[in-house]
Amino acid sequence: MPGIPLRVNGAVHVVDADPETPLLYVLGDELHLRGPKFGCGLGQCGACTVLMNGRAVRSCITPLGSVNREEIVTLEGLGTPEKPHPIQQAFIDEDAAQCGFCLSGVILTAKAFLDQKPKATDVEIREALAGVLCRCFVHTRMFKAIQQYAKTRRA
Amino acid sequence: MTTGWSRRDFLTGSGALVVSFSMAPLVEPRAWAQGQFDTHQSHIDPARLDSWIAVGSDGIVTAYSGKCDFGQGMYTAQTQLIAEELCVPIERVRLIQCDTSVTPDQGTTSGSQSTPTNFNTSGLAQAAATAREALINIAMQRLGVPANLLTAANGSISAKGGRRIGYGELVAGKKFNLAVNPRAKRRPPSEWTVLGKPVPPLDIKELVTGRFEFVHNVHVPGMLHGRVVRPPAVGATVASVDEGSVRGISGLVKVVVRKNFVGVVAEKQAQAIEAAAGLQVVWTPGVGLPAQQGFYDFVRKQPSRDVLLVDSKDVELKLAQAATVLKATYCHPYQAHGSIGASCAVADVRADKASVWSSTQSVYPTRQGVATLVGLPVDSVRVIFVRGSGCYGLNGADTVSLDAALLSQAIHKPVRVQLSRADELAWGENYGSACVIDQRAGIDATGTIVAWECEPWSVSLGGRPGYDRPGNVVTGMLAGYEPHTISPQAASQPTGELENGSNAVPSYVMGCIGSNCGGAGRIHSERVLTHSVKSPFFTGPLRSPLRLQNTFAHECFMDELSAHAQADPVEYRLRHLRDPRLIDVVKGAAKAAKWDARPSPRSDRRRGQIARGRGIACVAYEGDNGYGALIAEVEVDPADGHVQVKRFTVAQDCGPISNPAGLRNQIEGGVLQGMSRALSEEVTWDDGKVTSIDWNTYRSLRLGIEAPVIDCVLINRSDVAATGAGETAITVVAAAIGNAIFDATGARLRQVPFTPARVKEALDATS
Repeated sequence: MPGIPLRVNGAVHVVDADPETPLLYVLGDELHLRGPKFGCGLGQCGACTVLMNGRAVRSCITPLGSVNREEIVTLEGLGTPEKPHPIQQAFIDEDAAQCGFCLSGVILTAKAFLDQKPKATDVEIREALAGVLCRCFVHTRMFKAIQQYAKTRRA
Repeated sequence: MTTGWSRRDFLTGSGALVVSFSMAPLVEPRAWAQGQFDTHQSHIDPARLDSWIAVGSDGIVTAYSGKCDFGQGMYTAQTQLIAEELCVPIERVRLIQCDTSVTPDQGTTSGSQSTPTNFNTSGLAQAAATAREALINIAMQRLGVPANLLTAANGSISAKGGRRIGYGELVAGKKFNLAVNPRAKRRPPSEWTVLGKPVPPLDIKELVTGRFEFVHNVHVPGMLHGRVVRPPAVGATVASVDEGSVRGISGLVKVVVRKNFVGVVAEKQAQAIEAAAGLQVVWTPGVGLPAQQGFYDFVRKQPSRDVLLVDSKDVELKLAQAATVLKATYCHPYQAHGSIGASCAVADVRADKASVWSSTQSVYPTRQGVATLVGLPVDSVRVIFVRGSGCYGLNGADTVSLDAALLSQAIHKPVRVQLSRADELAWGENYGSACVIDQRAGIDATGTIVAWECEPWSVSLGGRPGYDRPGNVVTGMLAGYEPHTISPQAASQPTGELENGSNAVPSYVMGCIGSNCGGAGRIHSERVLTHSVKSPFFTGPLRSPLRLQNTFAHECFMDELSAHAQADPVEYRLRHLRDPRLIDVVKGAAKAAKWDARPSPRSDRRRGQIARGRGIACVAYEGDNGYGALIAEVEVDPADGHVQVKRFTVAQDCGPISNPAGLRNQIEGGVLQGMSRALSEEVTWDDGKVTSIDWNTYRSLRLGIEAPVIDCVLINRSDVAATGAGETAITVVAAAIGNAIFDATGARLRQVPFTPARVKEALDATS
């Protein structure tokens, strides 16, 4: 089987997997990335979210073969502990996590939405997050962090 | 610092047991785990200081705790504790949590017991206090200066007048070789500089940048992927398995069957999923389930194990004399832990030893369970805690650890098992118990309660596996081990002290057994008889187990009594309470919320308009393990029955606060999780199987909801023992919301969840 090239977090990997394989398993099992998580495998919770050319997609229901040459960014591709991305910094500032398992869904969904619509209202931000789950219910802190990031986008 | 600790080198040798950390690369070898059995339980004697604390020659303090962090903040709080007691900067503390090769056996991290156990005068805190005194003693000998002239600070001991010696130099890589001193003095809260402060979560940067290692991220060299095939119906057993049905699937390594446990192993995860889906298994039809409609009546009719918690033996008499007798029945459904990550574990079971990477909250009991299942001596099994997604009790972490062990044993290679979402929700976790609770009370002509009787029914099957019951979780049962089940038994008269660990006894009664009255209230005439019956589904300790269900019933019923007496619900509670700490949280919440004192329901409500109301509920969690009061302010839309909580005001007293920032985070998460459980969550089933198997059928509130404002009043007490804090607030949410709905509309909701349909029905019945 010929390898499939995959652009992830600025590097190109050649992956040996069936094109039908959900992208999540390639990122986790082959590339050992920790950002995208298996939550439901059904696209219902958001834990597996990655950015594809800036759009938030659910990697658990995205076949590897459909990615083509799109640039994938995972939570670890956004920033580092030493130099977090502004939206990650906003989450740090607000202590906006408990278990932290949902953060790919929360942070990347919010980022993709606000990058596309920097002047979004609170109601619109909420609508954008309507399909994202956090079972520790860190909702209020997360929303504050997202508002903080939105403010920097507008400025 | 990093908590993505992944390479831990165990340097045993002649010196102290020290574990070194390194920054976590994305990929790291795990092979070291095999053969690491230098220390066993017998070598981790909790009476010995070296079992808890080691000081490296670099001055780094390593602490070993049997209480672990799964998002509730225990990692940060315990690190603060060590920094505080040893007077060392927090950056120089390393905390190792829950690994049967190196940490003491502290049972299970559960039941709001980590703080009582490790933050008072036992466990980790007492070891840390002993270590500080030991360091002073060593310095005393080394410097020839009496102890009262020595001060511990910033990782070193200073003598008055100048000489200073660092911990690393003092201990020089040696063991303390001391017993934990039960009389070693804890540093008083008045002198705390690290503990009690709002230290941000130490793992937050790794979490938000995707560096943190969850158990889902564990990779062991040569690791294969497993999936399980669960029965299609409750009670179904394997009749036959057609291995030929999956023979063509590439990468398939093995089909594993052990009694009713069925699983597959493949080289890649997607191949394992395909094989699990394609494997043809013939199952027996199952046992059938009682109809969900009418389930609460079904529960009452089952043979039960009864416990009489209090009985003043005059309840019937007092009720006969009362001006009014009120009765009400409350129902609470099964609810799921619903961890956002379906559970995962990695096991490497070889002929003579086994390692399991698991997010279990009980590494030692799980070690025993794995040893039993795979037939190895317990000392040959190592269970290493690696955090999973938030658990809230007993999710699929224990059962998937057994899944991984069984599959690995079958192929003698490391296997990672990831449960599917449906596996997790239908065949992975142990649900919070369904309950039906009868209340009856009498009030006199002045409105004062003169007698209170409560009879709760709860359901039970399995539970935490403990050290000897692998059948208490799904996989153990499928592999042939019996779950704990209810054996019916009549109640006997209560003796000794009041047992209110499940909050079955309302806060408003005296709680007298003989002349020993352990209740929080003033009502003398009291009777509480609990009934446990066998559950068709596995049950377990979902956050605030039974305490939440019982408190929902007590606090709503108290509201009904208050309304009948035409009294203000806060004043009415205070009239019947005598526990000063519970009184203080009720007053604290009322003051912060600017409580509108008047009887409920409000008199100015108008039909057809959005109705607004407020409700209060309070609890002395487990009788004495934390105190909380919550005021909910809601809006109810009469058109569709939608309930919108606008504001929560929480007052909480958990003794001396370890970390106020962490506590606020726990309270906020607790009340919103409680709101989701109160408004939306319910396990459902048909005549044979569970039907709430994904996020469309098990309904959790999403991130996009309009969340209420949450105000917290933290009552910090330094003169009492530290209590649990993570389960207090959630316990009172359903009652506070239910009482607020009543205040707004006059409609009383007695069944959780308060779905729009149920609220609408109650509104229509009221008008």
